[in-house]
Amino acid sequence: MSVQSVDHVALLPAYLAAATAVLVLVTDLMLARPGLTRAVAGLGALATAAGAALVGAGGERGTFCVEADCSYVFGGRAALVGALFALLTLAVLGLSGGHLRAGRAPAGEYCFLLACAMTGGVVLGAAGDLITLIVALETLTLPLYVLVGLRRGSLASAEAAITFFVVSVVATTVSLLGAALLYAVTGELHLGRLGTLLAERPDLHDLPLTAAAATLLLLGLAFKVAAVPFHAWAPATYDGAPLPVAAYLSTASKLGGVVALLAVVTAALPADLTGPVLALLAVLTMTVGNLVALRQRRTVRLLAWSSVAQAGYILAPLGALALTAGRTGEARAGAYAAALAYAVLFVLLELAAFAGVTALRPADADGGTLDDLRGAARRHPWLGAGLGLALIGLAGLPPGLAGLFAKVTVVRSLLDGGAGWLALVVAVNAVIGLAYYLRLTARLYAPPVGAGAASAPGAGRGAAAVLVVASVVAVVVGFAPQLVLDLTAR
Amino acid sequence: MTFGQFLLVAVLAVPGLGAVAVAGVPADRAARLVGTVAAGLTLLAALPLAAGDRGWFAWSAGAPAVRPWHQLDVPWVPALDLRFHLGVDGISYPLVVLTALLTLLCCGYTLWRVPAGGSGRALVALLLVVEVGILGTFLALDLVLFFLFFEVVLLPMYAVIAGWGGEDRRRAARKFALYTLFGSVLLLVGVYVVVAAAGTADIVALTGGAGLSRGTQLFAFTLLALAFAVKSPLWPLHSWLPDAHTQAPTVGSVVLAGVLLKMGTYGLIRVAVGVAPEGARWAAPVLGVLAVAAILVGALVCLAQTELKRLIAYSSVGHMGFVLLGVATLTSTGIRAALIGNIAHGVITGLLFFLAGAIKDRAHTGALGELSGLRETAPRLAGLLGFAAVASLGLPGLAGFWGEAFAVIAAIEVGGPLWTTLGVLAAVGGALTAAYFLRLLRQVTHGRPSPAVGRLAPTLAGAELTAWAPLVLLALAIGLAPALVLGIAEAPVDALVEVLP
Repeated sequence: MSVQSVDHVALLPAYLAAATAVLVLVTDLMLARPGLTRAVAGLGALATAAGAALVGAGGERGTFCVEADCSYVFGGRAALVGALFALLTLAVLGLSGGHLRAGRAPAGEYCFLLACAMTGGVVLGAAGDLITLIVALETLTLPLYVLVGLRRGSLASAEAAITFFVVSVVATTVSLLGAALLYAVTGELHLGRLGTLLAERPDLHDLPLTAAAATLLLLGLAFKVAAVPFHAWAPATYDGAPLPVAAYLSTASKLGGVVALLAVVTAALPADLTGPVLALLAVLTMTVGNLVALRQRRTVRLLAWSSVAQAGYILAPLGALALTAGRTGEARAGAYAAALAYAVLFVLLELAAFAGVTALRPADADGGTLDDLRGAARRHPWLGAGLGLALIGLAGLPPGLAGLFAKVTVVRSLLDGGAGWLALVVAVNAVIGLAYYLRLTARLYAPPVGAGAASAPGAGRGAAAVLVVASVVAVVVGFAPQLVLDLTAR
Repeated sequence: MTFGQFLLVAVLAVPGLGAVAVAGVPADRAARLVGTVAAGLTLLAALPLAAGDRGWFAWSAGAPAVRPWHQLDVPWVPALDLRFHLGVDGISYPLVVLTALLTLLCCGYTLWRVPAGGSGRALVALLLVVEVGILGTFLALDLVLFFLFFEVVLLPMYAVIAGWGGEDRRRAARKFALYTLFGSVLLLVGVYVVVAAAGTADIVALTGGAGLSRGTQLFAFTLLALAFAVKSPLWPLHSWLPDAHTQAPTVGSVVLAGVLLKMGTYGLIRVAVGVAPEGARWAAPVLGVLAVAAILVGALVCLAQTELKRLIAYSSVGHMGFVLLGVATLTSTGIRAALIGNIAHGVITGLLFFLAGAIKDRAHTGALGELSGLRETAPRLAGLLGFAAVASLGLPGLAGFWGEAFAVIAAIEVGGPLWTTLGVLAAVGGALTAAYFLRLLRQVTHGRPSPAVGRLAPTLAGAELTAWAPLVLLALAIGLAPALVLGIAEAPVDALVEVLP
C-alpha cells in the first residue's frame, strides 16, 4: 500500500479552526483575560472563514484518497459550509458578551468549546466518507452538551444539557448502526462509491437490509435537525440553554444536520429509498412544528418550535425525490440546491431573530415570555425593527424578502419535481406560521402595560452589532437572492 | 431608457422613496406633508402613462394578446425566473390612476385628521408602501413579480388595521392577514405550476395558454382563481372583508375597498383568465354561480345590517359579485363591464367609506338605529351620502350603472338556461341593492334627528370637501361618459377575448 500524500492546502480551513481552539485555550491559561480570549476566538473564526473562502475559490481539492475517492473533499459547497460555520461562531461570540460578563460561565472554556464545535463544522462540509461525516458531526455536537450546561447554578440548564446529551447519543448510535449495516451490505464507506455501487447493483438495492440501513442512517441524522418525530429535545434544550448557545444550537447545529443529510442523500443513498422517508419527515415536521408553535408562551420555545417547522421546509425539496419526476438529474440538482439555499437563508434570519431577542432582553436573562418583549420596539425602534424583520422573514413575507425568496425557491423546486401536493402543504404551513410570527411581532409594537416592563436591555453592543450585520445582510440578500442561489447551486 | 419606462419606474419609486422620507422626517405634521407630496407626485407620474405610442390600431395577426403601451424588462433573479418586467395597457391604466388618486386623497385626509391609535407619520408611510404594492401588482408583467407585489401589500395593511382601527381591530387584522396570505400562497403555487410547465414567467408570452396542457391549465386556474377569489372577495371566501373594512380606520377602509380588492379581480382577468384560458372556460359556470350567489347573499345580508360601515362593507361583496359575473362570462362585453365596475366601485365605495367615517367621527356611533334625521342637522353630509348611495345602487347616469347593467347583459348574451338564469338573478340582486341603499337613506337621513345626530354641526371641513370632490366628480364623469374607461379598455380586452378558446 502506497503512502498517502496529504494536501495541506485543502486542510487549511480545518487547521485554522483547530488552531483557533488551541490558541484560545493557551491565551486563557497564560493571560486569563476574558475579553482577550473572546477576541482571539473571534479573530480565529474570521481567519477560518477567510481560509475557507480562499481555498474554496481555487477549485475542488481532495485528500486522504483511495484511488478516485477521497475522505476529505474541499470544493465550493464545502467552502460555503465552512465559511458559514465560522461566521456563525463569530456571531455567537458577539452575542455572548452579556452572558460571559455576568460571570456565570468561564470565558476560556466557553470560547474553546465554541471553537471546537466550529472545527467539527468545517470538516463536516468536506466529509467524503461516512466515518469522517459522523465523526465531524460529533465533533460539532459534543462541545454543545457542555455549553448548554455551562451555566453555574442553573437547574434548567443542567436538565437541558442532560436531555440533549441522552437524545443526541442515541441518535448517533442509530446513525452509526445505519452506517455499519450499509458497510455490511456494500463493503464501502466512501459516499461516492456507495452511490455508484447501489445504482449499479439493483440486487443490493432491493435487499431489505439496505432499506433498513438507509432509513436508520437518515433517522439518526434527522435527530440533529430536530425533525418530527425526533424533535422533542429541541424546545426543552433551547429554552434551558443560555441565549447565545440556543442561537448556536438553532443555527450552526441545525445547519450541521442539514449538511450531513444532504451529503448522504446527494451522493450515497438511492433516491427511491430516501425520497418517501424524507417526504414524510418534511410533512410531519412542518405541520407539527407550526401547530405546536401556535400554543407557545415563551419566546425561546416559540422560536424553537418554529425552527422545528423550518427544518420541515428545508427537508421539503428533498421530499420531491419520492416521485419519479423528481429523480431526473435536473430536478435532483435543483432540489439539493433549494434545500441548501433555504438552509442558508433560514440560518441567517434565525441568527438575526436570536440576536434581536438577546439584544432586547436584560444581560444574561433567558428568553422570557412573549409578554416580556411587549412594546420593546417602541422603546428601541431600531433593535425592534431588526427583530421584526427577522421574524417576518422567517414567516416568508415582504419586507422580509430573504425569507420570501427562500420559500419561493422551495416551492419552485417542488413544482419542477412534480410534487405539487407537497408544495401545497408548504403553502398552507406558511399561513399557519404567519399566525405566531405575527403574534410575536405585533407584541413588539403593542403599547406596554404597567410598569416594570421598561427594563433596559443589557446585552450590550455585541448583540446589537450582530443584529445590525445580520439584518443588513438579510436586506441585501433579499434584494439580490441570486447571490445565495449561485453559491448553493455550485 | 425612454420617457415611458422612466414613468413606470417613477410610479413605483416615488411612493417607495416617499415612505422612506416620511419615516425619516421627525416632525409629525411635516412628515405627513412630505407623504402627501409624494402621493401627489405619484399621481402626476401615473397620468402621462397614457401618452405615447399606443400602437393598438395597427395590430396584426400573430401579435401577443397583451400589448403594453410602455414596458420595462430587466432580469432580477434568473434562478427563479424572476424578471423586473413592468408595463401598462388599457386594462391596468385606469386602475393605476385610481390607486394613485385614492392614495393621494387618503394622505391629504390624514393632514387634517389622524385616527386614534398611533402617529400620523407612520400611517402615511404605511399607506405609501401599500400604494407601491398595489401599483406594482397592476404594472407587473411577470408572474413572479406579480406575486411579489401581491404580497407586499399584506403586512402594511395589517399594520394599518391593527394600529389605527376600531375596538376589535386585532382580531380583524389577524383575520385579514391570514385569509389573504392563504390566497397569496395559493397564488405562489399556481404561478410556479405555470412557470414549471411553460419555462417562462412572462405574462405577455403566456397570455393565451402558450401551449400549456389542458390538465396544467385546469390545475393552475383552480389555484389562481381561489387565490384571487379570497382577495376579491368571492362568496364564500369573503368573511374577512366585513371585519377588516369595519374595523379599519377611514383611510384604511377607503384603500381596502377602493383598490385593494381590485388586485383580485384584475389578477383574475390578467393572470388567471389570460394564462389558463382553457381552465377559465372550464370553471366559468362555477365562477358565475358563485358570483351571483355573492350578489344575492351580499344584498340580503345588507338588508339585515344595523351598522353603517358593516353595511357598506357587505355591499362590496355584492358589487364585486357583479364584477366577477362579468369576468365569468368570458366575453368582451362582460370583461369590459368588469373593468368599469371595478373603477366605479373604487370611486363610489371610497366615497361612501369617507362619508361613513365622517358620520361616525361626528356622531360617535355607527349603529343605524341611533342615526336618523341627518338631513335636518347636517344637510350637506346627508346630501353627499344620498348621492353616493344612489350612485352605488346603480342609477343610470352615475358610475355604478354601467358595470352592473352590462354584467347582466353579458350574461344574457351568452345565452343558454344557466347564464340566462344567472343574468335574471343578478338583476334581482341589483333591485335588492336598491332596496337596502334606500333603506339606509331612509334610516339615516330622514326622520327626526336622534340624540347622536342632533348635536352635529352642519359644516364640513375644507379638507373633507377637498378629499371628496374628486370622487364625486369622477362618479359623475364616468357615469356620463363611460367611454373614459371603456374606450381605452376595448382594444386590450378584445385581444384577450380573441385568444380564449
